[in-house]
Amino acid sequence: MDTIFLAIVFLPLIGAMLAGLFGTAVFRYAGSAPPQIAVHEDDDDGHGHHHAYDGPRWPMMLTTGILVFVALLSWYAFFDVTAGNVYKVTVAEWVRSGKLVATWALRIDTLSAVMLVVVTTVSALVHIYSLGYMAHDPHQPRFFAYLSLFTFAMLMLVTSDNLLQMFFGWEGVGLASYLLIGFWYTRPSANAAAIKAFVVNRVGDFGFALGIFATFALFGSIEFDTLFAAAPEMAGKTVPFLSWQVDALTLICLLLFMGAMGKSAQFLLHTWLPDAMEGPTPVSALIHAATMVTAGVFLVTRMSPFYELAPLAQQAVVFIGAVTAFFAATVGLVQNDIKRVIAYSTCSQLGYMFAALGVGAYGAGMFHLFTHAYFKALLFLGAGSVIHAMSDEQDIWRMGGLFPYLKKTWAMMLIGTLALTGFPLTAGYFSKDAIIEAAFAAHTPMGTFAFWLLVIAAFFTAFYSWRLMFVVFHGKSRASRETLARVHDSPPVMLVPLYVLAAGALFAGWLFKDAFIGEKAAEFWGKAIYLAADNDVMEAMHHVPGWVKAAPFVMMVGGLALAFLFYIVAPSLPEALARAFRPVYLFLLNKWYFDELYDRIFVRPAFAIGRFLWRKVDQKTIDGLGPDGVSARVLDVSTWASRMQSGYVYHYAFAMLLGVAGLVTYLMVRGG
Amino acid sequence: MAVGLEHYLAVAAILFTIGVFGIFLNRKNVIVILMSIELMLLAVNINLVAFSARLGDLMGQVLALLVLTVAAAEAAIGLAILVIYYRNRGTIAVDEINKLKG
Repeated sequence: MDTIFLAIVFLPLIGAMLAGLFGTAVFRYAGSAPPQIAVHEDDDDGHGHHHAYDGPRWPMMLTTGILVFVALLSWYAFFDVTAGNVYKVTVAEWVRSGKLVATWALRIDTLSAVMLVVVTTVSALVHIYSLGYMAHDPHQPRFFAYLSLFTFAMLMLVTSDNLLQMFFGWEGVGLASYLLIGFWYTRPSANAAAIKAFVVNRVGDFGFALGIFATFALFGSIEFDTLFAAAPEMAGKTVPFLSWQVDALTLICLLLFMGAMGKSAQFLLHTWLPDAMEGPTPVSALIHAATMVTAGVFLVTRMSPFYELAPLAQQAVVFIGAVTAFFAATVGLVQNDIKRVIAYSTCSQLGYMFAALGVGAYGAGMFHLFTHAYFKALLFLGAGSVIHAMSDEQDIWRMGGLFPYLKKTWAMMLIGTLALTGFPLTAGYFSKDAIIEAAFAAHTPMGTFAFWLLVIAAFFTAFYSWRLMFVVFHGKSRASRETLARVHDSPPVMLVPLYVLAAGALFAGWLFKDAFIGEKAAEFWGKAIYLAADNDVMEAMHHVPGWVKAAPFVMMVGGLALAFLFYIVAPSLPEALARAFRPVYLFLLNKWYFDELYDRIFVRPAFAIGRFLWRKVDQKTIDGLGPDGVSARVLDVSTWASRMQSGYVYHYAFAMLLGVAGLVTYLMVRGG
Repeated sequence: MAVGLEHYLAVAAILFTIGVFGIFLNRKNVIVILMSIELMLLAVNINLVAFSARLGDLMGQVLALLVLTVAAAEAAIGLAILVIYYRNRGTIAVDEINKLKG
């Protein structure tokens, strides 16, 4: 089994290196001047439709093949691990410095097995899909190398055995995300989005790093086994932080959660996720829907022995999760970019997961992560299929009536929407309803607060999901005639991954609900998830009143009905409503003005400080007194000295005479 | 009035000073500079001969003859350079000769 796990984690890295180093132009022009590449201004759609790709095809085939193989291995490993086996594969020692010991080791339990399956399956499907989606792109090998690199980093993250290794994977996926968002590097907006994603994640990572430091300072170790064994003793201990005495575990949990908030785009640190849609759509499906953004959920679940002992931190998790679910859903109501609607939906669903984790229903959170990966990747890839068909049009108001042209894509999007909105017996129905029930069953003020927000968010979710479906596929077409003439369903290479994901979106919930959240849950999770002795949420959530169980369904039907009314029956209604409640509409359209707010609070002061340090401190003070000042003085002196050099012989002779006279006088005076 | 050593020295000093001033007050002609140098050398010669006679040491007069030879050679070389210079630049006016500047 050890070999299998090593293969799962390291084969994508090998694929990425081969494709990235030998499939691209990195070494091709080694030792010779590269050819001049003409940059066309009109080619800024980035797809490069104008030039077909004429490079080697093996990098794409290799990475895709590896990922498919790895995905199959992962499923094999999944069934082996869920049968009750736990593995630990030590690869090498990494750091040994005093008490700090970190080894490269793969920790395989149910939790990592679930993540392995999610990551490799979605990644393999996205690789296959990209074969079609990126078929015209001149930089495909680079794209596939990045995808595989991302997969490796994500696998490293989910199999990590200590916090440092997790941080390595954490930063690795951040890097891959940055590279892929900025993949079309000729677009300024893509570069800006990539930098934004990186910088906002730095804020979260700062907290994560502090959390690791705090853990090491308090426990003297960062290995999970040691930490989890020592956690109960640490409960209730306090540490001095700034000028307060704070609960040690609460502090650690909050700091780690800060990292999770950054990576999972939670409220306050969410601003990068919608902008990340600048990347190619398969990237959005893989990284910004199914895998990387769920790293925060994974982190909190992995650290469950800590969170279970830090009730205050749990409440923070519930609060942030519920607020994010609500906030992102409201913004999603009015967005006009097909990918942004789904991006806010992702943000919102991640909030659901955190709310579940916070109330102690880790199984429900992970279950939603598991199902969400399928239907959200399905929605993103379906949206990519639409965008591809519409010649890179993303504005839903320039689509409409596409159903007759894109029947297969429509069916796939429909399945994704049903699953997302929680239509009975689809995947989302089991996982999302479980979260809402768990929030109610927590019977804490915070849990009840989360319950109501989540129920309202479920209504919004149904509304914006169906709005997307209706506006894009039904009603009158608003696209130009030339575009419509070229609309066609995607090739099979793009449709087959959709079929697989659709199967996941339909059946993943029904197949796995018993294992993840049902009677077999305790046995399924084993020691991977720690539940405090008094934590019976997982049990209580099955015994909530009937109206609680019905609430999400009612909300789903309500949202569907309202969307149907607004966009099919009376299409003039939303416009009138937007005009009547213009401030509210603008508030939502501008995403609660978070970008503007951050621009004022952080970005502009940072620029101002930077400009001050640059102009005044660096240029005036340091350069003025340092190098520039010295060189200016040298120049002054030498200019003055060179003026004595007239070129006239008699001037030199005069100077010589003066010198001789001076010397003689000196000798005479001294001699005398 | 007997002519003593001091008179010779005075004449030599005056000649030398005239030579010096001839070098750097002269604005016209390089030949004048060469002549001034000759004048200074002659002043030195007068000193040498005067001291030689006073001290009864022939060495001074021998040296004076040597200086005369050197002065002749120097004048020859100086004039030769001058001719070449004139051929190249078309002038020997001191004010125009300022190429020594770096």
